Formats: sequence, C-alpha cells, structure tokens
Amino acid sequence: MKSNHSSPALELYSVTKRFPTSNGQPYTALHDLNLNVRTGEFLAIVGPTGSGKSTTLTLMAGLEPPSVGEVRVHSEPLRGLNPYVGYMFQNDAVFPWKNVLENVAAGPLFRHVPRDQAHVSARDWIQRVGLEGFEGYYPHQLSGGMRKRVALAQTLIHQPEILLMDEPFSALDVQTRALMEDELLAMWTTLSATTVFVTHDLEEAIALADRVCVLTAGPATVKGIYEIDLPRPRHVAEVRFEPRFVELYHEIWEDLRHEVMISYERTKQHTT
Amino acid sequence: MNAQNNTQLETPRRLIPSSGEDARRQVQARRQRIVVNILRVLVSVIFLSAWEFASRAQWIDPFFFGQPSDVVIQIWTWIIRGTAQGPLWEQIAVTLEETVLGFLIGVVFGIILGIALGRSQILADVFGPYIKAANSIPRVVLGSIFIIWLGLGLPSKVALAVVLVFFVVFFNAFQGVREVDRNLIANARILGASPRQLSTDVILPSALTWIIASLHTSFGFALVGAIVGEYLGAVHGIGLMIATAQGTFNPNGVFAAMVILAVVALLAEALVTLIENRLIKWRPQPVSDISF
Ligand SMILES: Nc1ncnc2c1ncn2[C@@H]1O[C@H](COP(=O)(O)OP(=O)(O)OP(=O)(O)O)[C@@H](O)[C@H]1O
Ligand SMILES: [Mg+2]
Repeated sequence: MKSNHSSPALELYSVTKRFPTSNGQPYTALHDLNLNVRTGEFLAIVGPTGSGKSTTLTLMAGLEPPSVGEVRVHSEPLRGLNPYVGYMFQNDAVFPWKNVLENVAAGPLFRHVPRDQAHVSARDWIQRVGLEGFEGYYPHQLSGGMRKRVALAQTLIHQPEILLMDEPFSALDVQTRALMEDELLAMWTTLSATTVFVTHDLEEAIALADRVCVLTAGPATVKGIYEIDLPRPRHVAEVRFEPRFVELYHEIWEDLRHEVMISYERTKQHTT
Repeated sequence: MNAQNNTQLETPRRLIPSSGEDARRQVQARRQRIVVNILRVLVSVIFLSAWEFASRAQWIDPFFFGQPSDVVIQIWTWIIRGTAQGPLWEQIAVTLEETVLGFLIGVVFGIILGIALGRSQILADVFGPYIKAANSIPRVVLGSIFIIWLGLGLPSKVALAVVLVFFVVFFNAFQGVREVDRNLIANARILGASPRQLSTDVILPSALTWIIASLHTSFGFALVGAIVGEYLGAVHGIGLMIATAQGTFNPNGVFAAMVILAVVALLAEALVTLIENRLIKWRPQPVSDISF
C-alpha cells in the first residue's frame, strides 16, 4: 500500500457549514466535523442521503467556504479554490455545447496549454476511458455511462493530486459499474492521487477504499472511520466474497444502518 | 461501447424494406404536408380574389382600399421605372442597411450589458432600475428625438433600431446568464477557468439559447425601427415610400411597400434561422416539430 502517513493532504478542522434557507433559519449541513485525508490514500465517505457528503466535497474543493472552522491543504489554510483538486460532480457537469474531444480538452485549454498539445492528451484520455470513435459526439448523443466517462477523462487529464468523486458510478448498471471501478483502481494506482470517493453504497466503499468514513444523518459529523485491510490489488467483483470483506461489511453496516434509520424516520415525519 | 459497434448497428437498418408502421407514418406525413400547402395557397387565392372582385364591383371603394392587381402593377412600376426617391433596389438597400446596422449594434450591446449585469450583482443593483424605467418608455417616440439630434440620414434610423433591439436582447441575455447551471460553472472553475473564460466559454454559450431566441423578434424590431424612423423623416427608404404613398392618397402604394417589406422580413427570418442552426448544433432535436 502506498501512503505517506506523515502529513495529511487535506484536513477538515471542526468544520460547520450552514446554508441560508427561505424560511430565514439557516440549515446546518455539517456540524463540527473533523476529518483527515492522508496523502495518497483512497478514502470513501458513506452516509445516508442528505447527510452532507456532497457538501463535504464542496468544502474540500474550496467552492464554498466553511461557516466555522478551517479546511487545510498540506497543512495550509485553504482560501478560495483548492488548486490541487480534480472534482467529478454528482450531477452531470460536462458542457453540453462541447463535443467529447472539446470537453476533455477543456481543462488544459483553460490553463493555456497550446491547442494541439491539449488535443493530443485529450485523445489519449478518451482512449483510456474507452470512448475512442466518439470524439465528435455531443453529450446529448451519449448514454449516461458514457457521459460519466467523459467527466472522468475531463477530470483526470490534469492528473490532479487530490481527486474528489461524488457518487460517480451510481447511475450505472452493475456490470458496467464493476468494470469502471476496476479501471478506477488501476488508474488510482498509476496516478497515485489522493482520492475522496463519496458513495451511498457500502459495498462499493469497502471494495475500493483504504478507509471508510461513516457520516451521521444531517447535520453531519464523523460517526466512525474504518481501516479496510483487504490486500491490493483488488478485483471488485471478487473481493466481495472474501470473509474479511463480509466481516467489515457487517461491522460498518451496524453504524450506517442506525444513521440511515434516523434519516429515514425524519423524511417519514416530513411527509406524513 | 465503441465506434465499431455503432456503425455495425447502423448498417442493417438501411436494409429493412420500407414498409410497416414507420413507412406508413412517413407517407401519411407527406400527404398531410401537401394538403396543408394546397390549403395555404387556397386561402390567399380566395382572399385576394374576393378583394379584387369586391373593388371591381365597387362594393368597396378602390380609391381607399386599393386592389390587388393595382398593387402588383405598382410594384412592377417601381421595379421598372423606380420610385419617386430613386430606384427601388436603392430604397430596399437603404432600409436594409439601417436595419442590419441597428440590429448588429443593438445585439452586441444587449449581449455585453446583459452578461455584465447578469454576472455582477452590484451592476445589476445599480443599473437595474434605470433599465427598467427606460424599458417602460414607448421607445418609438424616441424616433423624433433622434431625427432632431442626428438628422434625416442613416444615423437616426440606426439609433432607433438599436434602441428597439437592445432591450429585447438585453433581457434575454440577462435571464440566460441567471439560468446557467451552477454545476457547469463549478466544474469550469475547478478545471481552471478564469473569470473571463467563465464568461466566454460557459456563460455565453449557455445563455446563447436564450439570446438566439430573442434574435428572431429583435430583427423584426430592427426593421420596425428603420421603417418608423424613415416614416418620421428621411430622404430614402421603404418607410419614406409608405409616407409618400400616404401623402398622395395612394393605398396601392402602401400595400405594395408592405408586400416588399414582408418579403424582406421573411428572407431575414430565414437567415436568422440559418445562423441559429449553425450556432447551436449541439442541441438535441426539438421534441415536437409544430412550426409555421
Ligand atoms: N446550496 C445549498 N443551500 C441550502 N441547502 C443546501 C445547499 N446545499 C446542500 N444543502 C442542504 O444540505 C444538506 C446536505 O446536502 P448534500 O448535498 O451534502 O447531501 P448528500 O449527503 O450529498 O446527499 P445525497 O446522498 O442525496 O447526494 C441537504 O439537506 C441539503 O438540503
Ligand atoms: Mg450528494
């Protein structure tokens, strides 16, 4: 395993995040949350829906400042955008007016890489995510899974030091998903990017991650963090059947289920 | 998941014989289109014959209402002998020049200011009320002011067209900017876009759908601006031809000028549609194809 435990890549230090709402009372999405992301690790974040997983990533990316507390990158307090991150958003965020090639080349072009060079590396990444032949297609002509691949290539082309992924594969069918998870692990090994991976699928989290962080139902704090000591390289389709996997799953599920139930009871109260 | 597969899927489709539900629907659609076209022509034939007949039979006074055959003769005379102000094509050219200039200037200002105010809360707060107030003035009356300021020539017409076009484009651009998907902006920022690149590469293309929707209406407004400007006082142009025809109590002249205007407007409309299809080729095909 490759991790440099000496200095964390990212720290959330007693972070609270409130959002203004229409009824005047601010809504607290995160409350006093402490979380360290080790350099080079694959950290998975799980939690019930609406707990604040996406909000956590938004803070890590510097898209939103915390209301209280501090985000630190390489031990420096973060102001404004985090320059080290690549971010795959939960919702489709590829540019509908750009074709696949232009979408993947967008990042380098924004950063003033010459056009030829940007296109060469874009083609390379398009091939790596298995989309060659679709360079001229517009997003509305692609399937949901293909759009996710475009987003992946668009994010990875920078070879970001820190990779934030928000439920990237939740819209895919089981087979495609297993394929892409394996591909992601392979790329993670070669890129050695610190990865924070949000999912609501505990199996996916355990299969991929070095550590799994469970968030409480909103306002979110860290409920528990679990070391996943399954050997690498892993094959996501097979690792699920290992006894240690099942053991870990039961252990973490106890925690998670409790939070999911709380969140579920709340929404039921809301609707009835 | 690759191009090979895709082309393989395409080939056998062409081999399917043209029968079955799809083919039947196509034939039906074609038939319906023919019927619609015949009916369209029929409507104008009936209307024009009724008009012609009524005025020949003196049911309506041709002195006030004109008659289609005289309108055609009037247009023909203009083509052959020119108008009171000079050759017909020159009048059309002048009006078109004013319209296109006014349109372009109005569109550019509308887009720039719409995006600026859409992006900056401070600018929007400061200038918002003024723009709303200016928008509530019936702007055609500005034509008189412009003629006093800028004279009888081209600038006063262009100015009126600009004012008419500006507000339409401005409000659409402004709204378009406000409607941009926050996700796309966040993504572009993460990918390294500077504020300027955000404007040109994300906000402008995404507001373009709104802006282009306004181009159809605003070209019409530009034409109105040019014509009204000419009507209020000019030395050339179709608007002046209408004013002259009115002054000499020649309804056929007014109608003839209207026909010419309609042709010009329809050509321009086709041009705008062409540009539109060029600019937003990334859009999925519209769901319904009800159109005029
Ligand atoms: N910009 C915002 N303004 C107001 N409230 C917000 C905003 N963003 C998030 N929230 C609220 O914060 C809470 C957490 O949202 P978040 O998107 O982080 O949840 P999540 O854990 O990612 O959920 P899911 O699994 O459904 O994606 C939600 O209740 C949401 O309503
Ligand atoms: Mg989320």
